[in-house]
Amino acid sequence: MANFVALLIAGLATGALYALAAVGFTLLWQTSQTINFAQGEFVMLPAFFMLAAMHAGLPFWAAILVGMALSMAILGFAFKRLLVDPMLQHGVLPLAIATMALSTFLKESVKTFYSAEASPFPSIAPDRDIHLLGVSVSWQNIAVLGVAIITVVSLQFLLNRTRTGRQMQAAAQNPTVARILGVPVERMILYTFLINGALVALTSLLISPIYLAKFSNGDTLGLAAFIAAIVGGFNQIRGAIVGGLLLGIVDNLSAAYVSTQYRGAVPLCLLVVIILFKPNGLLGRAEERTV
Amino acid sequence: MRNLLASAGVALMAGAFSASTFAQSGETINLADVAELSGSGATVGTNWKNGIDLAVDEINAKGGILGAKIIVTHADTQSNAGVAKAQAQKALDGEPYALLGPGYSGSVKVCAPLAAEAGIVEIMGGEAAELTKAGNKFLFRTSFGQQTSMPKIAKYIAEDMKAKTAAVVWVNNDFGKGGHDTILKEFAARDVKVVADDSTEAGQADFAADALKVKASNPDVVFIYLNEEESARILKELRKADVKAPLVGETTLIGQKVIELAGDAANGALAHVGLTTDAPIPAIKAFRDKFVARYNYVPDHNGIKGYLSVYMIKAATEKMGKLDSKNLAAALHGLTITPDKEPGILMEVTIDENGDLDRQSFLGEVVNGKQVIKEVLPKLRN
Repeated sequence: MANFVALLIAGLATGALYALAAVGFTLLWQTSQTINFAQGEFVMLPAFFMLAAMHAGLPFWAAILVGMALSMAILGFAFKRLLVDPMLQHGVLPLAIATMALSTFLKESVKTFYSAEASPFPSIAPDRDIHLLGVSVSWQNIAVLGVAIITVVSLQFLLNRTRTGRQMQAAAQNPTVARILGVPVERMILYTFLINGALVALTSLLISPIYLAKFSNGDTLGLAAFIAAIVGGFNQIRGAIVGGLLLGIVDNLSAAYVSTQYRGAVPLCLLVVIILFKPNGLLGRAEERTV
Repeated sequence: MRNLLASAGVALMAGAFSASTFAQSGETINLADVAELSGSGATVGTNWKNGIDLAVDEINAKGGILGAKIIVTHADTQSNAGVAKAQAQKALDGEPYALLGPGYSGSVKVCAPLAAEAGIVEIMGGEAAELTKAGNKFLFRTSFGQQTSMPKIAKYIAEDMKAKTAAVVWVNNDFGKGGHDTILKEFAARDVKVVADDSTEAGQADFAADALKVKASNPDVVFIYLNEEESARILKELRKADVKAPLVGETTLIGQKVIELAGDAANGALAHVGLTTDAPIPAIKAFRDKFVARYNYVPDHNGIKGYLSVYMIKAATEKMGKLDSKNLAAALHGLTITPDKEPGILMEVTIDENGDLDRQSFLGEVVNGKQVIKEVLPKLRN
């Protein structure tokens, strides 16, 4: 029983990371019809910003701030202005393909200009366990869950309880009407990209101590974020959260109780089942467009 | 002005001397290296390449091999067997004196037949047992095969550690499968029961479930046989899962890069190491110092392997007394290279008819972030 609980906690921690990446993915789709196939690389990259800052002599806490700022500037602002805005006018598909190219560009850039090898990355949590009711839980898992919960709650507060958040929702739901009502739609969309930049930086900070900082981390994370978003519901932030957590738990439990050799297949099977029986995702709603 | 003329004269003479040194034979030795310079094996391939470059520059600085300058080219397999095959074929089309690499056993498996067909010696870093059992007369190791290392580890686990049960964590590629199959056979022969048999994937990042599975099986010892980066990840997860059983493996478990990546989680890990820069051997310490001075990091065993591969070619070529790539394989078979005759070989090594090596080895432990050698294990046949 203790082992099952430990697996569940580990799965929730991993799932929380997938959820953060998936939330960013979903936000971009909701507000600007951007399917960002470089989301995995967006999670990979901020770790290298932070490592570069530490190599330049900054302490860890300062490197985190630098990494966060660069992530929002480059993966948020610059991504929107330099790639999304020019490509979106040609349609969703060309933009999606452009993000695939961006994914390769980011991965190869890190490999070429930083290193092809993995690098150690410091953790924000101590490397120790605590024992709760006979179950050994690492501080790292607790930190991941804690930060993820705070982030999601803060995001929900921003979106539902603040004027800016409600304007962002209005811009996502119906940009034309929102403009008429005086909502600065373009600025709201930019805010979404900046939020995604912050989310991926946070995810990178939490996941890199576990995965190690490596240029190829985006492959796994991007796929996980995509599956989580689809399973949960591509147009619902809550869906992305549920999808991420479910994916983390299913992956861990299947590796422990089914087969480690086929663990990679289980999330994909889950994806297929969801698409077949609930194509909008567990919490998603059907999308309608006026023609 | 006088100083300037004197300097110019010295430079001219040095250039003339070095030119004449290589001009004696008028030939060059072209070595083609095919290695994992990116992908999951980047640690392996980068160390291997750097070891080769160090050896080549050292040998060239002393006049090359029989007066011939060595020129080495490096190609990236991207840790992918398909790419490795293509790169090897491209390299072999250039008719090199010898082929070096790859490091990954799966890539060696696909490259070796090409080199054999071309009649070119291939000196590689792979450790899977099956590599030298296929009757390929052109394939040579730079480290022990699993058929040599696994009996040593199993003996230590059963007799010294007195373990009755073991959890085996292995990577599902040619390297890992070979090690897994061999260690299971050795455990069975020594009545060590395998209570968890956990396969993982190359490049796998999340080991939480694997660590918890090992913990649940409550083994006397955990045998870990993964590639370097994955070794670091599982060491961290086993530490997080509070697994108390001793962690034992092979060279890939306690290499320098693994210690760097795993941090404190590597402390206490034990491994049989064929090659290590922490060996209590002056020649190896000198190699380590040279490597660190040039590359600013401590190499793992792959760096030593790459370095030795070039010196094996040098020793065999000098034995022949001429540059003869067609007879290089025959010269290598049965050759014993001693450090007093060839200091670059670092430790005495004997190459058998299958391309396997016999050499002393070590039992290492990670103590306070450093690999410490606990025991020196002699050659099998002295």
